[in-house]
Parts: sequence; structure tokens; C-alpha cells
Amino acid sequence: MKQFLAFVKKEFLHIFRDTRTMLILLGMPIVQIILFGFAITTEVKDIRFAVYDLSRDQTTRQITQRLAANRYFTLVANIDRPGQVDELMKSGKVSMVVVFDSDFNANMLHTGEAAVQLIVDATDPNQATTMTNYATGIITQYQQELSAGSGMGTAMMINAQTRMLYNPQMEGAYNFVPGVMGLILMLICAMMTSIAIVREKERGSMEVLLASPVRPIFIIIAKAVPYFILSVVNLITILLLSVFVLKVPVAGSLTLIFLGSFLFILVALLLGLLISNLVQTQVAAMLASGMGLMMPTMLLSGMMFPVESMPPILQWISAVMPARWYIEMIKKLMIQGVDGIYVMKEFAILALMVAVLLVVSLRTFKKRLE
Amino acid sequence: MDDVVIRADGLTKKFGDFTAVDHITFEVGKGEIFGFLGANGAGKTTAMRMLCGLSHPTSGSGTVAGYDISKDQEKIKANIGYMSQKFSLYEDLKVWENMRLFGGIYGMKESDIKEKTDRILENLGFSGERDTLVRDLPLGWKQKLAFSVSIFHSPKIVFLDEPTGGVDPKTRRQFWEMIYKAVHDGITVFVTTHYMDEAEYCDRVSIMVDGRIEALDSPKNLKQQTCSQTMDEVFQKFARKATRSAD
Repeated sequence: MKQFLAFVKKEFLHIFRDTRTMLILLGMPIVQIILFGFAITTEVKDIRFAVYDLSRDQTTRQITQRLAANRYFTLVANIDRPGQVDELMKSGKVSMVVVFDSDFNANMLHTGEAAVQLIVDATDPNQATTMTNYATGIITQYQQELSAGSGMGTAMMINAQTRMLYNPQMEGAYNFVPGVMGLILMLICAMMTSIAIVREKERGSMEVLLASPVRPIFIIIAKAVPYFILSVVNLITILLLSVFVLKVPVAGSLTLIFLGSFLFILVALLLGLLISNLVQTQVAAMLASGMGLMMPTMLLSGMMFPVESMPPILQWISAVMPARWYIEMIKKLMIQGVDGIYVMKEFAILALMVAVLLVVSLRTFKKRLE
Repeated sequence: MDDVVIRADGLTKKFGDFTAVDHITFEVGKGEIFGFLGANGAGKTTAMRMLCGLSHPTSGSGTVAGYDISKDQEKIKANIGYMSQKFSLYEDLKVWENMRLFGGIYGMKESDIKEKTDRILENLGFSGERDTLVRDLPLGWKQKLAFSVSIFHSPKIVFLDEPTGGVDPKTRRQFWEMIYKAVHDGITVFVTTHYMDEAEYCDRVSIMVDGRIEALDSPKNLKQQTCSQTMDEVFQKFARKATRSAD
């Protein structure tokens, strides 16, 4: 135990002495969260829209006018055939189309209830939400005025129905918070740990350590300890930032979030160990973890692009990315606030990964010692 | 010199078809300085790794400090010190932190570590460098410190793998004074070297050629046997037989 502590102390010193790396490791999550949080702006200006009015009555004209008069909206075209919706959308001339059914007015008069459809380009999900919110707001306001002015006992109802094009699940809204968590943990645990272990090999100090009575596995565990602690610090930083700066609520159980994170950290540490067993130089370790872990984590885990919209082969690759399951789990726990039972699958998959990696890493580790 | 602390009996290590170490047999007595000579690629390091418990022999047997090298590696490791040329000390740690680390690794008590650190630094005249980062020290100092660290826990045997590589002659001289002092304290020294003048300082030397021990005796006897003036000549005569190219 004393040997172990002597080692952990040494590992902390290595990190503290390398001030620049430490600042990067601690500062990166802050910068990333703030950058992602404010770069993805929710403010939408100059929304160009078209109207497909099949009803052509007073109400629809008034709604159109209201929208066109709003400072956020600009009416670009009146459409007279369905095919134009797609044309205008795809050419990027409009990002929203308002559709009134032919029986809009009839419904309004007879049942007091009519539907208007908002077709929105949801390539950027945040913008899409904002657009529909604005448009719905304007329509609702109009409807309230109409009910008040009509003097009729029954209120008139106009239901705005929204249809998201291209990205119906609205993936990506707050995705970046779990995404950044996955990325940072992967970076610190896998990349930094593998570099730290390989550094000992490269400098020849591993040989001296192996000739000492310290058990090799203790050397490795001691190396992981500071990075584990650093990860937990970053985890807390990210959670605090997202709650207090970005106002992303933590809807689910914090305990489960931390439990899931520990499991993921374990996966990442084992991956780091595996990489360090396979390569000989720090540069190779950096490349292996950068190209082999960070890139796929960023591109394939659903952090940037929704997994559902990937071609099947990429979906399969993404299924073996630990970050994908972690991000999915955190998304569910943090944003949707689901109960533990709904993340059992993700927990189970990560646990399975731990088991497999444990066997593989330890086996290659033993082989390397010879 | 009746206590044998290192014994190798037909020690062999094969990597696939390649026989790195080929049935070497020798004994090293307590308090001896045993020089382990050989060209690059002759199998010195592999042999040393087996003795240190870092590598399993393919065949043959051996004991170090009375423990079997195939079975009791852990016990061997607790009783030996090891210094390599490639790595001396952690560059980003201070002098005393390196000492604390290696003291800690060998399970020494905190108070013993402190006391011994002070004593060693004082003996070396390095007391002022206690808080200096190792990377700021000159190479010669590092090597001297590294040797002190390798015998910090008072091992029975210390293995030195080309300890004076790249060091100037004056520092090498001081280094060997430190080795003699360690022997005086009862430590057995197993040293590999490229410098033939250093071979003269050893009690006995072995010369490895292509994985086999071709000669083993005191420097004086070896010079007599081969009618040579210096150990360098002796070495050249044996090394010429090598068929394996140095890597």
C-alpha cells in the first residue's frame, strides 16, 4: 500500500509539473462547453418563408399578413402546387412553408377548429425549434384576438401542426453537453493514460520499475488514479457549467449520471492501457488514441450527427464506440430525466465492454512484460 | 568470497529460432565486482534481464540472492538494485522526490528515507541540490545520483547496465569510487560496460560472444592467458570470433 501511495504521489507530481498540459486538461471542458453553448445560438433572424394557401379566405390571408409583418419573417413566395415546397426548401430560398388546407375556412366556420401546417427545415434543429415557436406564437396571438373580437361564446381554435423535415427527431439540441462529457473523459482517461504509460517505456524507466518489487498492475493502477480524479473534477465542472451557465437542466438522477460516468471512465482507462500495450512511442500513442478514439467519438457517437441518420455500416461501427452508449445514457438521464430502468441497456453494454477490455488489456499487458 | 550470491547454470533464452543467450554458466561471490563484457547484441542485456527476474529463461536455472530466478522473481526484486544507462532518474521530479519514490517502492520507512536522503546528498556534496529538478543537473551528477538511488534500499546485489555511458573520465573515476564504497558496505556489483579500462577495475570479468561466455577470469589472468597488455586487447581477441553482427 505504501509502495502504491509513493507511486500515486509521483504521478500527481508529473501532472502538476507539466503546468501547460494540466491547464489544458482543466480548461478544455470549460472552453468547449461555453463555445458550444454560445456558438449554437437560438436567436433566429430573417426567416424566409412561403405560403401554400389552398383555402384562400380572409383568415388565412390575415394570418399570412401577420407573419409577413413580423420583423423575424419575410414572405418570399406564394406556392400553388405541392412540388414547390420541396423545390424551395432544397434550393434554400425558404426555411419554412405555411400550409393551409382547402377546408381551413370551412372547418373554422363549422367546428370552430382548423389546422395550419408548418413545414420547417430542421437541418439545424435549434433554429427549427425557434422558428416554429415564433410562428406558433404569432398564430396563437391572432387566434386569441379573433376569439375576443368575434364575441362568440365558443373560442376558435387554430392548431399549428409542425412537421420537421430532414431531422425529425430533433437530435442535437442539447446533445453537445453529454457529447463534450464523453469526449473529455475519453481524452483524459484513454489518451493521457496511454501517453503516460508509454512515456515510461520510451524513457526506459519502466524497466527500472519492473525490476523493483512493485507489482506491474499497481504501476498501471497508480497511473490511472490522477487521471481518474482529474476526470471527476472535469465531470463536475461540466455539470455545473451546463446547469448554471447554459441552463440545461439535470432532469434525472445525479447518482446514476455519476455511476454511468464511472463505468465509462473505466472503459476509457482500459482502452488507454490497451493502446499503451500495443504501441512503443508517445507519438504513436497519441495518434492511436486521437485517430482511433477521439475522431470516431466525435463523428460517430451521435455527438455531432445523429446515429439514426447514418448509413447502416457507420451505425454498426458506432455501436462499438463506448462513447455512443455513454452519450445516449447521459442524454436520457440528464435531458430526458428517465428512470434507471430505461438506461439498463446502456449500462449493460458499457459493463460488457469493461469485461471484454479487462480480459484483452490484461492479457496483452502480461505478454508485453516478457 | 565463499558465499555465492548469483549462480547461473546453463541459462538459455531463445526468441523463436534465435538463441540470444546460449547455456551460460557462472557464479558470482558475495562482495565481488563482476564485469559482464560483450559487444552489442552479444546477449548481455537478455542475460541480465533473466537474472533480475524480468524475463523467464527458456531453459537452464539460476539463483540470485538465494532465490530461484524462474519461481521467486518477486523475492529477487526486493533484494536487488537496478540501474540502466537509458534511464537514470525522473527528470521532472526533484532530487529528493526521486529518492522518496524509490525508497517508497522498496517499502522503506518514511523516517529512514529522510535520513538516508540527507546522508547521501551530504556524501556526494549535493546537499544544495536537494530541491533541484533532475533535468537541471549535469549528466555526470545524474548518473552518480542514479547509482545512489539504485542502492538506496541497501540491496544485496546491484545490477548496473552500462552505468557510465556518455560520462567524462573524471566522473567515471568518481563513479567507480562509489562502486568500491558500495562493495565495502557488502553489496555485490554486477556491471556491464563498454569501457575496457573499467573492466580492469573488476574482480572478475566474463566476455560474452554470440550468447556464450567465451572467457571468465580475473583481468590479470585473462591478460596472461592471451598474452595481452590491456583488457582492450583481450576483448578484441575474443570478440573477433563473433559471427553475429551488432545491432
